Amino acid sequence: MSEKYSVVGGRHARVDALDKVTGRALYTDDLKRPDMLHGALLHSPLAHARVVAIDTTRAERLPGVKAVLTAKNAPHTFFGVSPARYDEQVFAVDKVRYVGDEVAAVAAVDRDTALEALQLIKVEFEPLEAVLDGHAATGVDMPRVHEMYPQNIAARVEQDFGDVDAARGEAFVVRRGTLSNKMQNGAFLEPQCALCEVDLTGRLTLWSSTQAPHYVGRTVAMVLGMPEHKVRVVMPRVGGGFGPKAAASSMELATCLLSRATGRPVKTVFTREQVFLHGRARHQFFHEMEIGVDRDGKLLYLDHEALLDGGAYASFGIATVYYAGSLLGAPYRLPNMRYRGTRVVTNKPACGAQRGHGGVIARALFELQLDLIAEELGLDPIELRLRNVMEAGETSCNELAMSSLGMRECLEAVRAGSGWDAQTRRRRDGKGIGVACGFFVSGAGYPIYRSRTPHCTVEIKVDEAGGGIEIRSGAAEIGQGCETMMATIAAEVLSIPVESVRVRSGDTDLTVDLGAYSSRTTLMTGQATKAAAESVRRQVLEVLAEKLDVPVAELTLEGGLVKVGGGPGDFDAIRTDYLKEHRGWDDLPGGEFLTFTEATRLAFLERGTIVGLGQYRPPPLGGSFKGAAVGTSPAYGCSAQVAEVDVDLETGQVKVGRVTAAHDCGQAINRTQVEGQMQGCVSMGLGEALMEEVVFGPDGRVLNPSLADYRIPTAVDMPEISALVVESNEPNGPFGAKEVGEGGIMPTIPAILTAIYDATGVVIDELPASPERIRDRLRRSST
Amino acid sequence: MNKRLMELTVNGLRREVAVEPRRTLLELLREDLELTGTKQGCGEGDCGACVVLLDGVPVNACLVLALEAEGRDVLTIEGLARGTELHPIQQAFVEVGAVQCGFCTPGMVLTAKAFLDSHPDPDGDEVRQAISGNLCRCTGYQKIVDAILDAARRLHEKGGAA
Repeated sequence: MSEKYSVVGGRHARVDALDKVTGRALYTDDLKRPDMLHGALLHSPLAHARVVAIDTTRAERLPGVKAVLTAKNAPHTFFGVSPARYDEQVFAVDKVRYVGDEVAAVAAVDRDTALEALQLIKVEFEPLEAVLDGHAATGVDMPRVHEMYPQNIAARVEQDFGDVDAARGEAFVVRRGTLSNKMQNGAFLEPQCALCEVDLTGRLTLWSSTQAPHYVGRTVAMVLGMPEHKVRVVMPRVGGGFGPKAAASSMELATCLLSRATGRPVKTVFTREQVFLHGRARHQFFHEMEIGVDRDGKLLYLDHEALLDGGAYASFGIATVYYAGSLLGAPYRLPNMRYRGTRVVTNKPACGAQRGHGGVIARALFELQLDLIAEELGLDPIELRLRNVMEAGETSCNELAMSSLGMRECLEAVRAGSGWDAQTRRRRDGKGIGVACGFFVSGAGYPIYRSRTPHCTVEIKVDEAGGGIEIRSGAAEIGQGCETMMATIAAEVLSIPVESVRVRSGDTDLTVDLGAYSSRTTLMTGQATKAAAESVRRQVLEVLAEKLDVPVAELTLEGGLVKVGGGPGDFDAIRTDYLKEHRGWDDLPGGEFLTFTEATRLAFLERGTIVGLGQYRPPPLGGSFKGAAVGTSPAYGCSAQVAEVDVDLETGQVKVGRVTAAHDCGQAINRTQVEGQMQGCVSMGLGEALMEEVVFGPDGRVLNPSLADYRIPTAVDMPEISALVVESNEPNGPFGAKEVGEGGIMPTIPAILTAIYDATGVVIDELPASPERIRDRLRRSST
Repeated sequence: MNKRLMELTVNGLRREVAVEPRRTLLELLREDLELTGTKQGCGEGDCGACVVLLDGVPVNACLVLALEAEGRDVLTIEGLARGTELHPIQQAFVEVGAVQCGFCTPGMVLTAKAFLDSHPDPDGDEVRQAISGNLCRCTGYQKIVDAILDAARRLHEKGGAA
């Protein structure tokens, strides 16, 4: 427990934990509505083809089918993530662009009938040459996936900071390296699900397993041609998101259209195979970097080129390609940086955002190169990093301002925690240890669409009968724990137990919140929650000040009690008034101090329902260069990890034995949840480093669309993770807090890769570092 | 499709249900009995989100036909707490912080229950083996393992079986 605060920094149980351990928590697929129909989607079996004709006659005639939709009877409105790259339509209009592209949707009385109807839809395709290779995609002879993207380039970034060419001349050591990964899958446990109902006034409610209800609501309104206030999006409990659930999908939109067409509620749920077909997870990245340092190991420049294969649609990819460059601007002093990034479209499932958006593979290569540079200079890799880390108050070459930065502290923490200095390195006997750092935004500085909008608003209503408060927020609880974060912050401000706080979230009818992405919620929604709670406190204390005839500045809330100049004060008159209330309050006060419950009852009696409002809008951030907005944040999290591995030199099998992780989260709001995020980050990073890979056939089909064939870490794959929380007290965050949910994944892949190098001498340049790849590299290096 | 009448015990209650022969136990629980605490994560027996205890043995309910449960005893997550009193495993999950999105939690808790019933004094590696058929994408398993070990201690203190 932190000494500074009463509940912030402690280890309170999650506010949703009781419902979740007893099976009471309701997820979208647990909901039923009277007269509900079941929706199903027809996906393209081809990666690239012209849609010549669709015959739905037989499907429409099947008893039990209530609606069949295709591009013929559904809107053609383009949608997507970045408004300048709206390139998706609910149903294929003239052609399909990946195996899984949506062609038609059916609503029927039950799922079996809906699936049977899909089989009765006849689609005539004219196959087109498919673009499946990200590098080949830009060839001038290649077919275009979209007319709007010449050479299949959805975005091209060219950024120059400082003078890389001049710096190159001064370098003592120069290293070039490459690293690529494979497309990933989010592999959240809950497949996407949507349930829509339209009421008799024409107002639409969509329950969805989304992580950005605000953006989904806007998209539904835009595509269905409805005023925004006629659309409500509600998140029931959501079974993980990690990024892929942040973009509005054709499945959500088709469900809404089916409901509007039939006048009945419609529910659609993805199978696990459809989760893979739909994709929207981590891109495939190809990075090439040249790094130069001086004689002392001081970084001089980074020359960086990246190609991102993002599949059939732009989705979040524009932000991804910017992040892939900008997030390397820190946490090291890097005076010169050149970045050339290209995000292409291909005929594969679209990629989008995933934990550590855009930065994970770039970070992995950069850190791996630092390790090799340290070796060349004969320096300890931690020492090399310590010589370069930025400190709070510094600004990176691409104008990211470090308002707080515990990078040095993170490195020292993992050095001590792992016993680094006592470990023997470079034994090459299969046992290895590696270190890496990471860096991430704590909320995107700008919304996805151009607007001055507050990024979130929060409303806190005080119970009229005293005793509790209710927080109302549009924030997206996807498992990361933002409801508990909000409850803890409000409880701290009002000096009440967390148990006295109820949280309603994830509903666009409550307040605006941009959603769970870019690790924004703790800082932004936390600030809005704090402001709302402070407004409640101010209003309640104002009433008391009037009643007691003392200056409001003399009143404080401490330990659930109202204090006057630090003492009990004269509450007799108030309590006498109280006794005249015949409301059935049987907990009439008797203590020396007035309680929060009494104070809020009085405030209600005097002023009516007390509601506190809070909002958060980041200050203007970033430089004036193109793309400066991406990567800016009101604060930055950073982290360091040490991984210890055992590599079987015969089989290439890697076992990660222990991970020591440190993360600077500014100030833990809930220490248990900070550790949980850090441990979860390590698990996703370990999976990406060693096993995860969406495999495509020559026809663009996903060959491993199941959790048996797309392997994610199980409990036996995961090492013991010791999570060390570093707190640098972020001035722009609530009680000093900033992100932990994504930044913690950044060091994992490179810490494992440097450990593999330490163990074997093998430099991995292609992920995942599967046994086959390691065995192959070992064989090549021994011949 | 012809439905068949069958009886089974669910969370201590005798239930008489009419089911189609191809209906899975998961569908029976979620759709017919409206016990939605049991989750469907893959429908293929890969993720463990649908684990329930069939005569005390963890099974993926998506792979078991409803009819196979005839005359048998099914425990779902809804049946584990006694009224408002949580089972020690549930308590440990809450207090240790083993829950994030919660989608794997019901299957994870029931797998842990069956495991602790037969292994009252496990070490961390045994716990990891026991839950290796239950996927979790949020926690990295660390706090789940910690919670199950903690639950084992709580059960010892209570002196009873899980």
